[in-house]
Formats: sequence, structure tokens, C-alpha cells
Amino acid sequence: MGWRVLVPDAVVAAVKAEAEAAYPYECCGFLLGPDGGASPRAATEMIAVKNEREGDPARRRFAIGPADFLAAEREAEAQGLDVVGIYHSHPDHPAAPSGTDLEQAFPWYTYIIVAVDKGAAGEVTAWRLAGNRGAFEPEEIEVTP
Amino acid sequence: MAKVILPTALRAFVDGQKEVEVAGGTVGEVLESLASGYPDLKQHLYDGDGKLRAYVNVFIGEDNIRDFGGLAAPAKEDSVVTLVPAIAGGGGAV
Ligand SMILES: [Zn+2]
Repeated sequence: MGWRVLVPDAVVAAVKAEAEAAYPYECCGFLLGPDGGASPRAATEMIAVKNEREGDPARRRFAIGPADFLAAEREAEAQGLDVVGIYHSHPDHPAAPSGTDLEQAFPWYTYIIVAVDKGAAGEVTAWRLAGNRGAFEPEEIEVTP
Repeated sequence: MAKVILPTALRAFVDGQKEVEVAGGTVGEVLESLASGYPDLKQHLYDGDGKLRAYVNVFIGEDNIRDFGGLAAPAKEDSVVTLVPAIAGGGGAV
């Protein structure tokens, strides 16, 4: 079955802006949406969080601390939304999930990746972990007004 | 019975529940009985060697079990065990 996620233009723009601001380091954050189990899913809000990785490792890695995760879940609940996904950037690297992304991936979430080429945000892709954890399956992004 | 609170991402594997009551004298036992009650959840909590995955933070009350004996931390009848995803990843090889 093909995954599909609806993302407002403003959220795509905000994620790209975060990715460019963080360059040459990776940015990361949460995607919130109503009824996370719906198909297609909608990611209507984003919350930028601090990359816990710092210095050189942050060019190739990101990590989100438990306090930021709990705060995002609380914020989602307050808005009647769910945390439906996570975004992060790949500075000077294609917008495809890495082996590290796969190892660390949670099921169910929509993983949005934005490529940043020499400081300019480029391709934006979305992925979901396959049921057997063996691979990511592409999720089609439909940009909405 | 201890209460386990799951993040949205794992609720689909426990029939959509936000909280599940499970028996166990330690946090490790609580999580093992949770996984055996919901086999689809198991692969997301444990790796192939049966070790809890690094991306699963476990809190008992407000405390990360890391600082309280890890999986050996005692679970009481009224303990609230919260599973908190450690979200991580990255781009190319380091
Ligand atoms: Zn990545």
C-alpha cells in the first residue's frame, strides 16, 4: 500500500528554512497532525528542536532528547493533535534515509528528510519504516495550500 | 500491576491503547511481559539479541531508569513506566 502525507506549503517552507539555518549541521524536529492513524495522514504543524549532537558530529547526525520528545507530545495533546513524524536535514547529502536512520527508526512515524546543498534546501522526501524493520518505504508528499 | 504508557508510534501494536497494565517485579520484567502479551511490539522494543533497543528510553515516574539500576529497577504495584523514543539518525557515514 502506498503511504501518502499531506503537508501544508507553510510547513514545508518552515522545515526548509530550519534546514538552511542549521547548515552545515543537521536540523531536526517534530511533525504534528490530527488523527495520526488516518490515511492519508496530515502533518499540519512543525516544532523545531535542538539537535543534541554538537560540533562536527552534528554535520552527519542528529539526536532529540527525551525532554524534547515529552514536551512535543504534550504540545500535540494540548492542540488535539498527535506527534505523527520527525523531520531532519541531510547537509550536502541526498534526501534518502541512511543506514543510521534505518537502525534508529521507529515504526509508524513519517520521517521527512530535506537535502541541503551548499546551504540551499533542495529535495524533500518522506519515508516510513516497513513492518519488518528491514527498509524504509517511500511516502508520497502532497503539498497543500 | 504497573502501568506502561506508550508513545503514539507504538500504540498501534497494543490495540491502540495509550496505557497497558502489566505485572512484573522489575522494569525489565514489566517490559518483557508487555512484549510477550503483544508480540508485534516485541521487535520494536528488543533487538535480535533480545536486548532493549537503544532508541527506547524508559522512565519510571519522572526518572530515567538509566540512573536507577536500568532494567533491574524495581517496579511497584502503582509504578508508571513511560516509554520515550530517543529520536536519532543522520546523513552519510561519519
Ligand atoms: Zn538521515
